[in-house]
Amino acid sequence: MAKKMTPVEQTSEKNENEIALRETEGLSQGQIILRRFLRHRAAMISLVALIFIILFAYTASGIHLGTKEDPISIAGWWHFSITDIDPEGAIAATCNGGITGCPTLDIFPAFIDGTGMHIGAHPMGTDVIGTDYFALVVRGAEQSIMVMFIVGILGVALGTIIGAIAGFFGGIVDAILMRLTDVFLVTPTIVIGAVIGFRFGNLGIVPLALMLGFFAWMGLARFVRTEFLTLREREFVDAARIAGASNRRIIFKHILPNAIGVIIVAGTLLMSGAILIETALSYLGFGVQAPDVSLGLLISRYQNSFSTSPWLFWWPGLFIISIALCINFIGDGLRDAFDPRQKRRISLKERLRGTESKARA
Amino acid sequence: MFAYITRRLGMMLLIVFGASFMAYNLEAFSSNPLSIFGESTAKNKHYLMQQMIHRLHLDVPPPIRYFMWLRGVVSGLWGQLNLGMTRDHMPVLDVIGNAIPTTFRLVIASTILAIVLGITIGMITAIRQYSRFDYVMTFISFLLFSLPIFWVAVLLKEYLAIGFNDFLMQPEISLEVTLITAAICGFIMGGITGGSRRRVLSVFGGVTVGVALLLSYLSATHWFVHPGLGIIGVGFLALVSAVIVTQISTGLENRKSLSAAIIAAAIVIVGYYPLQLLMKANASALNVLLVFVITISLAAVAGYFVQNIDRRQNIRTAVLTALLGTLPLILDRYMREFGRYFSSDAVNKRPVPTLGQANDLLNEKQLSNFWITGLDATMHLILPTLALTLISFAGYVRFSRGSLLEVLNMDYIRTARAKGLTERTVIVRHAMRNAMLPLTTILVNDFAGVIGGAIITERVFGWKGMGMLFNQSLTSYDLNLFMGVFMISAVLTVLANLVADLLFGVVDPRIRIRK
Repeated sequence: MAKKMTPVEQTSEKNENEIALRETEGLSQGQIILRRFLRHRAAMISLVALIFIILFAYTASGIHLGTKEDPISIAGWWHFSITDIDPEGAIAATCNGGITGCPTLDIFPAFIDGTGMHIGAHPMGTDVIGTDYFALVVRGAEQSIMVMFIVGILGVALGTIIGAIAGFFGGIVDAILMRLTDVFLVTPTIVIGAVIGFRFGNLGIVPLALMLGFFAWMGLARFVRTEFLTLREREFVDAARIAGASNRRIIFKHILPNAIGVIIVAGTLLMSGAILIETALSYLGFGVQAPDVSLGLLISRYQNSFSTSPWLFWWPGLFIISIALCINFIGDGLRDAFDPRQKRRISLKERLRGTESKARA
Repeated sequence: MFAYITRRLGMMLLIVFGASFMAYNLEAFSSNPLSIFGESTAKNKHYLMQQMIHRLHLDVPPPIRYFMWLRGVVSGLWGQLNLGMTRDHMPVLDVIGNAIPTTFRLVIASTILAIVLGITIGMITAIRQYSRFDYVMTFISFLLFSLPIFWVAVLLKEYLAIGFNDFLMQPEISLEVTLITAAICGFIMGGITGGSRRRVLSVFGGVTVGVALLLSYLSATHWFVHPGLGIIGVGFLALVSAVIVTQISTGLENRKSLSAAIIAAAIVIVGYYPLQLLMKANASALNVLLVFVITISLAAVAGYFVQNIDRRQNIRTAVLTALLGTLPLILDRYMREFGRYFSSDAVNKRPVPTLGQANDLLNEKQLSNFWITGLDATMHLILPTLALTLISFAGYVRFSRGSLLEVLNMDYIRTARAKGLTERTVIVRHAMRNAMLPLTTILVNDFAGVIGGAIITERVFGWKGMGMLFNQSLTSYDLNLFMGVFMISAVLTVLANLVADLLFGVVDPRIRIRK
């Protein structure tokens, strides 16, 4: 019954290990991980796309920080701001149904629809009163990215510190810190977020993001703690302790580098969660407040005009999805890169090459 | 065990206390109930403000006010639970009591659907790792993972509800749509089947042609306006479930099991007309339950007599087949009511609503008809359920895929294969059971996350459940209402954690609960 194995199949497993070994020869752990990550195609595409989106959003709309009364602004290259109103420009672009404010972007070259590629005055159209939608959307994207990074960094920092302390010291410290984590975990994120957003939403995006970050560390703390609990029992920790290393040195120099994979992966998950939470809060009206904009706020504002002006709905959604999708794929690539059991798929060509080289030897 | 549970319950109380204290103060300090008087020009403004301060004890600082509120909660221990009054002078307990069933109706269907679909697809992608199907599903699940639910909801409203309602005006499917749908079905089935290229292609071709023919038939007969499965459809689905159940539980080569399953399917087919007597217009949920009890018990008897060895597995196969086979029977009954529901004045030929939880325009006679009200509730559930399912199912796909892949790398799987067990036994008996273990924790916790998930969905679809109460409590600075919603969700979460831990100890014998 057993089907006849081809020579390639017979030797394949041995060869796979050999090829994998040869590839990692003489490389440090970090280099191996970096190599694996660079080889993850989806993650690399996402990384490039994400960097492009970030640069695009920040350069187009400029940088806006500070409060309403005391703004710090650097203008970007886009010639409209989120408060400029251009009624003529809006009326100038009308589409089939005579609807004003249509997007002027045309990505099809002349031989398809006969009008040629052009960006026009309002590539993403204008909203009902004539505000340039491109300016609004890139501003919203900028806000979302800012929230994502602030929540990510703060959450990772707090989660790592709390998880590390709980896992390393154990005993009563662990018990207290973990019950504290439970207290925070019991509350659904969106509930905490809504209370915070309701109070801090009008202060601008940075305080909102900081507050969200203060309540986003729990999942990560749990992961880090579990990791520390297993790592602190390992021989290299005993060795370090006998050599006279202080607790701080053991935590930062010996255990933390070994737990970095878990932290990075959980961090990316936290970031993609943060962007969705911010949009959800803004959608509910508890997040960013007008006149400032965010992607969630734009969707919530224009969801009812979908049938008449669908672009008001599509563009912000497209940005949310692109950013979150990129982050998720990068996280997936990192997880694969940090997983020691991860075996690369060795293609048939490489296998054959492996057999050949052995035959020659 | 008892000591463990007692200790955990004590800890739970402490956690809920801590969390509620934090939430109470957070909300109390961030809101100002008196702000509604800010622009008021009423002459008795001052008096009204004084009255509200007195009624809500606003002159007491929040940390102390919390304990006044807590007294009402603690009275729950001797049956006098008091969560205070809302701003509109309604007891919070009553308001929440009315909202809970709505929210559960909204969330339970979608959670179950997401779990079943997600785990199935996740396991298939793990078994067919690195196949085209795996890559496509991975991409789709990442995409769904990144979608905001309110965005999906608006799209569903626009294309599914309004689009489908328009389609019903002229229920004919165009050729392109038929072909594309058929090709997608073919791709999915081909991906699930796997194996040699020839096998995949033939499955793809067969399914595509079959679905295309089916869709053309449905389109030509205007089936979508007068749906129904009839005895042929029900029989076909029952037989399909017989084959699937046997394949998964004992393998098709076990002829006795297969015949038990086919007899169970035959029971459903033979019972098609007699059972209609139980499903008249004035039926109730009890009748539906009775239908299930009848088919399942007959199937169990059949499974018992098919063979006198391996009785348990024959009975199990027959019972599962009868359960799955009776579902189309019930579905068919609902479908046959659809034509009347569709053309009634209340519905006015637009059956998929975009808002609300029930049709208020149904008349007395329709409301007394079990099938019509059920159909109405289902129609209102379709969009929110679909939106919630799409969002949450991606997580299950990723998780079950990872879990099964991890198990498939274990040594005991290699041992099982080396023993010469069939691939079905290896996967269903050895791998899948172990892969399901870590899922129990997630499942239980997701049921507890019900309220968090409902907040946005209820807003988008205009349902009046816990999520709406939460939104309302925030915008109207209603502290007692807020705490009521919060307590339900907090208690559910800690209870779910306890249940998950205990369940994990039951299903995984390696876990010993610390004494």
